[in-house]
Amino acid sequence: MALEELYREVILDHYRNPRHKGSLTHAHFHAEGQNPSCGDEFSLDLVIEDGVLVEVATQGQGCSISQASGSMMADAIKGKTVDEVKAITSKFKLMMSIEEGENPVDPARPGAVLGDLEALQGVRKFPVRIKCADLPWATLADALDGAQTAS
Amino acid sequence: MDHLRADFPILERKVNGKRLAYLDSSATTQKPNQVIDAIGDYYRRYNSNVHRGAHTLADEATTAYEGARTKVAEFIGASSSDELVFTRGTTSSINMIAYGWGLNRLHPGDRILLTVMEHHANVVPWQLIAKHTGAELVYLELTDDFRVDLSTLDSVVDERLKIISVSGMSNVTGAFGPVAELVEAARRVGAIVIVDAAQSVPHLPTDVTAIGADFLAFSAHKMLGPTGIGALWGRREILEKMEPAEGGGEMITDVRLYESKWAPIPHKFEAGTPPIAQAVGFGAAVDYLDKVGMSEVRKHEIEITQYALDRLADVPDLTLVGPTDIAVRGGTVSFELGDVHPHDVATILDQEGVAVRAGHHCAKPLMRYLDVPATARASFYLYTVKEDIDQMVAGLHRAREIFGLV
Repeated sequence: MALEELYREVILDHYRNPRHKGSLTHAHFHAEGQNPSCGDEFSLDLVIEDGVLVEVATQGQGCSISQASGSMMADAIKGKTVDEVKAITSKFKLMMSIEEGENPVDPARPGAVLGDLEALQGVRKFPVRIKCADLPWATLADALDGAQTAS
Repeated sequence: MDHLRADFPILERKVNGKRLAYLDSSATTQKPNQVIDAIGDYYRRYNSNVHRGAHTLADEATTAYEGARTKVAEFIGASSSDELVFTRGTTSSINMIAYGWGLNRLHPGDRILLTVMEHHANVVPWQLIAKHTGAELVYLELTDDFRVDLSTLDSVVDERLKIISVSGMSNVTGAFGPVAELVEAARRVGAIVIVDAAQSVPHLPTDVTAIGADFLAFSAHKMLGPTGIGALWGRREILEKMEPAEGGGEMITDVRLYESKWAPIPHKFEAGTPPIAQAVGFGAAVDYLDKVGMSEVRKHEIEITQYALDRLADVPDLTLVGPTDIAVRGGTVSFELGDVHPHDVATILDQEGVAVRAGHHCAKPLMRYLDVPATARASFYLYTVKEDIDQMVAGLHRAREIFGLV
């Protein structure tokens, strides 16, 4: 049943207990994203030192898919270099069919490529909800654009 | 009313393998065969541009277009079809008043009175006009039971008040707007009253002469008609003074190089080729509603809404966002379900064949005022049956299950 695939336990857990929640007064980079059609919101604070995302904080309001995606994203990018984060983003977008190409996830080894984020694959069967999953990632891209401009 | 469902072919379709329970009529209603056929018939048999044509098809199209105007005007109790302007919909009707009346008549310090429950279509045009003219916006708030709070009304009714624009029925809470009270207040200071009737005209018997407002704006597609057309009813003496917001063909009697003369009302507000097929469909829609009878429509919606409110009251974790008293509300029912976000509610219901809307419903000021980020909304019409409500309630239980609220 597609609904069980969509609302996996791990997704509901991230929705109800978002990781790295909050804001950073000393953030180097900040970005805010919204889906105006549905009102979902997501904001992101980053501290980047020597090309590494040493601190990540997020805040948001919206559906389980957008907020769980943001929480899992924060987990996945914290402590990574900007280049690694870009690689993760690219894999995520391929997995979600946001970008065209082969899905990098290996069904034989669940979680090996994108960790918890792989639970979001069920969203692909609900095309109208893909934009929900993408909101935090679009916000991240904005924040990193700011980082690039600054450096 | 159950027998009417046979007129709506879309209600036979299945969605995600389930019987379709269409509970999104506040967004747009489904269309009966009578409307679909009238539009097809126009295109098949007498498609032509209207007015000034000397040929048979043009004459037939003009007769049908103007005939639809008469039908719609009579449907709302207008004394003359000249007072009925065809527009693109409620939004364009309100913009027409904002730009044709507000822009030319408001001065710095003048006031426009709205309520916090207005749809964006009855907020943003006034923000634009306030910016252009220096007029200010003033809002009435809500009582605890989601009705417009009139306790502060007297404090804003003075000679600065020029325009009151209020929803006849909220597209979020279903609450009726206090139109009669606002009309009375406006009369004291000579302000004009506009009713955003997008949600009220489709569901309630409407008599513009009894309402006493100066303008009434509504859309065809929320009352069985096609998208792309709506109406603005205005009091004759005001329409005659109002400037057209759009210029072009059809709306003039004479055009010279540096000036033009406007056509008489209502045509001076209908620049360009109008939505002819849509007008024909609009006329067929009001024919259909006339045949059913608007008091029957209201009666049916009272029954179905009461049934829905009762059934929803039994769903654990569900909070209604709107009044419980059926006498002061229509069949638009917003709710929250525990911590299950409305989008998730809508996705789960969709899997069960139930179409509801989720989000801010183009009423962000209201959502902020109520401090809810979004709601799920079920909305009914003359074809809604108890089975639709039962299907939704079953879906809501499923949502509680999936989100572990059971």
